Amino acid sequence: MALLEIRNVTRRFGDFLAVDDVTLSIGTGEFFTLLGPSGCGKTTLLRMIAGFDAPDGGEIVLDGQSMADVPPEARNIHTVFQSYALFPHMTVADNIAFPLRMAKCPPADIAPRVKEALEDVSLSGMEKRFPHELSGGQRQRVAVARALISRPKLLLLDEPLAALDAKLKERMQLELITLQKEVGITFIYVTHDQEEALALSHRIAVMNKGKVEQLDEPATIYSFPKNRFVADFIGECNLLDGTVSAQAGEALSFDVPGLGGVKIVGSAGGVPGAKGTLALRPEKVSIGRELPADCANRFQGRVFDYLYTGDVTLYIVEVEGGQRLEVMLPNSAVGRSSKFFEPGDGVQVGWRDDAGHFLPD
Amino acid sequence: MSTRVQKWILSGPPLLYLLVFFAVPVGIMVLASFRYAGEFGGLAPLFGTGDPDELTGLTLESYQRFFDDRIYLELFAKSFVYAVVTTVACLACAYPLSLMIARSPKKSRDLLVLLVILPFWSNFLIRVYAWMIILGPQSLFTRAFNGLTGAFGLEPMPLLFSPIAVLIGLVYVHLPFMVLPLYANLEKHDPALLDAAQDLGANAWQRFWRITFPLSLPGVYAGAALVFIPALGIFAIPDLLGGTDSMLIGNLVKQQFLDARDWPFGSVLSIVLTAAAILFAGLAAWFGRQKRT
Repeated sequence: MALLEIRNVTRRFGDFLAVDDVTLSIGTGEFFTLLGPSGCGKTTLLRMIAGFDAPDGGEIVLDGQSMADVPPEARNIHTVFQSYALFPHMTVADNIAFPLRMAKCPPADIAPRVKEALEDVSLSGMEKRFPHELSGGQRQRVAVARALISRPKLLLLDEPLAALDAKLKERMQLELITLQKEVGITFIYVTHDQEEALALSHRIAVMNKGKVEQLDEPATIYSFPKNRFVADFIGECNLLDGTVSAQAGEALSFDVPGLGGVKIVGSAGGVPGAKGTLALRPEKVSIGRELPADCANRFQGRVFDYLYTGDVTLYIVEVEGGQRLEVMLPNSAVGRSSKFFEPGDGVQVGWRDDAGHFLPD
Repeated sequence: MSTRVQKWILSGPPLLYLLVFFAVPVGIMVLASFRYAGEFGGLAPLFGTGDPDELTGLTLESYQRFFDDRIYLELFAKSFVYAVVTTVACLACAYPLSLMIARSPKKSRDLLVLLVILPFWSNFLIRVYAWMIILGPQSLFTRAFNGLTGAFGLEPMPLLFSPIAVLIGLVYVHLPFMVLPLYANLEKHDPALLDAAQDLGANAWQRFWRITFPLSLPGVYAGAALVFIPALGIFAIPDLLGGTDSMLIGNLVKQQFLDARDWPFGSVLSIVLTAAAILFAGLAAWFGRQKRT
């Protein structure tokens, strides 16, 4: 049985449908992510799970028990807030001990448990510090330790890494994964950062306009987005609109204005005449004066512009028909020199017939 | 220009301000407290004309008078008790009000604060006279009060010209000085902290005593100082609302200057009052700092 069941949950604010008939089932020990742009309803859903907001319709069930009339303080669910919400007038130790004191834990047990919790988040010796004396990463760890100390059934994390710099963010991601494995508590993680979601989660629910657009494992979401929104939101993607011109089994011929005919295999749902979109990741497209032999689709074009990001370079190539394509070239391919092509250079771009993913309209 | 000179130039204006409006008046008062009272009120001259009967120069006579008679220290103690009761009562009335204003929708907060300071727009004496009517023997309030105490078998008693009337007046007059700093503090509290406390298992009572109240302590101390210090020296309220037994130290100071025309002794009383006020403000500031760090 699933630990948390969200059944047909709906929440309206006036005319605005913040959460629209969402049904999810989250298992014990899972690292589950709600991913979506701001305003997609992910935070509203999280607040309803925590108990700060009540659904207008549907039901939230934790461990077989309906949460309808259970106030936040009585739910065995803790939250790591985006702002961390550490109590500024309490030391680190008092902050972490807070849930234990609220649960009437015997005073003699508190100190050793706080010590242990601080060890878990590598903050030993910081007991006497106040929140304003800590760095951003340390505050984040205190917030996590405080939320986990009384071993809730469910931990909710509301964009907990949003305020950290990129380097620290990466380290905290690794720490969160390790911690989640160690404690075995179910995490529900809310973020708008798709890289973070892909890196951390067992499963991701991509949300848009109050609805779950796709619910899958990270690799499936990335490689087989269900629709245009998911393809566009997760990672970089070329979205080529066109019409299916011919179909033979799983092989499609797809006609893209400004580009030409494209061969696609392995994608269901296309019949001749059907309109649709080809989702093509930039890293699946090859660029060069000569292309690998397995490129079933080849087009002539010119480099329009490029974006150098250190490990890779993103080229924008304008093909002869006028369509622009994003192409990613790992910089390992060019040795020590920084780039391969200059704007205006004539190049070939191409990709295998199984590289793209066809999305019927 | 050396930084030393720059510092002096920068701190010049506030220094001058403090000198003119604080140090000089206090200095005059301290000097007056060591002088003799003039024959027809005011102060006797510092340098005499040579007349052997004339009292000139400096003396400790007024200080001796203050410490010789227990009645003055008792009056101080009584004023202190009134000020403490006023402060506590103001806190008890102001806290729920401030919390309510701070938690009301942002749009209506300014209006509610305006209502709190609205009484300042009418004259202080008029407002106190209004209380004389409210507390008068025929007023609805007095009859309701006596009806209530009568239900418990108590004799009806007049409210006006009693210590109760003085306390009501003191609390009424000083209430805004408690509300404003408390509201200013409570309004700044991050609502996420209460969410976090609730999320971690704290009920409404625990959220108040463990989060809201400790975080509001600087506001409590500021409000307490703003109420306690003027309440300690006030004379108009006991004059108007109190009876013959309701004299406070403020009344005595006023009496010395205006009726008895004994300026040196009035100055001594004022100095002791100022010292007490500074001591209290210092203690409040010290407590505030202790809690913050």
